[in-house]
Amino acid sequence: MARSRTIDVDALTRVEGEGALHVRIRGSSVLDAKLSIYEPPRFFEAFLRGRHFTEASDITARICGICPVAYQMSATHAMENACAVRVNGPLRALRRLIYCGEWIESHALHVYMLHAPDFLGYDSAIHMARDEPQIVQRGLQLKKTGNELVAFLGGREIHPVNVRVGGFYSVPSKPELMLIGEKLKRAREIAQETLRWVKRFTFPDFEQDYEFVALRHQEEYPFNEGRLVSNKGLDIAVDQYDGNFTEEQVPHSNALHSRIEKRGSYVTGPLARYNLNFDKLSRSAQEAALEAGLERTCRNPFKSIIVRCVEILYACDEALRIIEEYEAPTQSAVPVLPRAATGYGCTEAPRGILYHRYRIDEKGKILDAKIVPPTSQNQSTIEKDLKHFVEENITLPNEKLTWQCEQLIRNYDPCISCATHFLRLHIERE
Amino acid sequence: MNKPRVVIIGIGNEFGGDDAVGLVVARKLKRSTLDRVAICEENGEGTALIELWRSADLAILIDAAYSGADPGKIYRFEAHVRPIPTEFFRRSTHAFGVPEAIELARTLKRLPKRIVVYGIEGERFGAAIGLSRAVETAAQEVVNRVLRDCEKASRSETRTEGHTLNPQSEKTWVRCLSVLTWGLTKTSL
Repeated sequence: MARSRTIDVDALTRVEGEGALHVRIRGSSVLDAKLSIYEPPRFFEAFLRGRHFTEASDITARICGICPVAYQMSATHAMENACAVRVNGPLRALRRLIYCGEWIESHALHVYMLHAPDFLGYDSAIHMARDEPQIVQRGLQLKKTGNELVAFLGGREIHPVNVRVGGFYSVPSKPELMLIGEKLKRAREIAQETLRWVKRFTFPDFEQDYEFVALRHQEEYPFNEGRLVSNKGLDIAVDQYDGNFTEEQVPHSNALHSRIEKRGSYVTGPLARYNLNFDKLSRSAQEAALEAGLERTCRNPFKSIIVRCVEILYACDEALRIIEEYEAPTQSAVPVLPRAATGYGCTEAPRGILYHRYRIDEKGKILDAKIVPPTSQNQSTIEKDLKHFVEENITLPNEKLTWQCEQLIRNYDPCISCATHFLRLHIERE
Repeated sequence: MNKPRVVIIGIGNEFGGDDAVGLVVARKLKRSTLDRVAICEENGEGTALIELWRSADLAILIDAAYSGADPGKIYRFEAHVRPIPTEFFRRSTHAFGVPEAIELARTLKRLPKRIVVYGIEGERFGAAIGLSRAVETAAQEVVNRVLRDCEKASRSETRTEGHTLNPQSEKTWVRCLSVLTWGLTKTSL
């Protein structure tokens, strides 16, 4: 009779939120790999009904403390889309700049505090700090600079208060921006040091045939705008999202699973952006990526930590470019008058595409809302990765296999706060 | 501006039911006149907390607890003496929350001289606005206790020599004030 095992991790650590994973093994076969998420789903969508369209960015920002800017950007773009308004010029540049800050702080937190310990054999960043305090201090400094950029433009680093439909409540002067530019130059150096550190890690040999989905813009590495594309033929405008992506309820989870219509699971996030937009990275980020051992495409999710480092470097480059070219606008925001319409917004949160759709009436009251965070979109792929990874490494002892399963989940930097509120990890061995 | 010697950090999510209690306590404390005390509202992301209490002599954190005790039970931990129980604060939606921030700061020698953590046992943590009754009552009690903590800190400070200004602490003070100012500006628009 085939030997059965169950991997059971009761509480997944070093992810945003809590989650549950069940993996059942019999002999050399994986019977089941399920990511279970327990959370009353989608209450923010309910909160939004009846509120004014100008409130969506402030309310949705409170879904997550790590990526509030992403929620604000997707919400404001969706509302501006509904009201047929487009923000251009310096205001558009400032939006990219605040997004640079969020990518820097979110990726720095994940690389240093959440994921690097896995590669180096530490239980946590605290354990890593006992041996390598200078390295951890470096990560904190990098994150702090990202937070300072968000706070400078957004009014505060958590749940920024300066972002509004149409632009901002207040915009900085050029001299003010130049001051924070000095801090970004140091952050750029740290980003390069981080890449040199991470490229020396040992990466499990694991590749899958993913469908990567990301925004693609004609001229720039994507933050706020672009078409939705994939490496398997998808090329649609953002307002066609609902016709091409479906969500389905699975019995073991309260978070819905996303699929591309008629095809199935997909990946969004840094790896997807990198694969679909390498040519749009800054020259220094491209060179650093290749020097770190990446090719122009990458299908190994364990190497997503290198890609995050490349994106930190790119965000520093882009932020410095924007600051150099900045001329303060005459107005902090353009007028946005409500009308009865449906608006669509999709921006690149640190973890991947974040889709918002709102229907508003002629007075700007929100009638319904739909929010699809990147983490929920990656759930199916996480489960598939777990199944395939365990199959390929089935002879590993339980302890090591469990460790690497958790490391694999952290490849996706899942923000369960966004997808849900609580997630407990149980891997059962039968 | 004088260096703030006490940093009070109310932690929570105002859309998380009783998870908002830390924020509620912070807002109540802001109605008091407290000399050289900075009061902040945060969502509990740990690395940000480490920056906030930098250069303070006393940091007071208030957060919701989830220990299984009766709702409204108040815990007080002197975290500079020993680690706080991580299981009490497992409800944090952040991978790097309060307990982790304290232990990392201890490892990096970035804890303030004293750090006090108040935990208020919550009853409901699902998506909701407003505190449950027991937690609302406990919040006011914690406000009173924190005020006493500040008074004691102030009395012990008058017995020591003066200190030079610390730019980092001034930035903390200015940042907390700026948050309040942005909020007031937004409200008046």
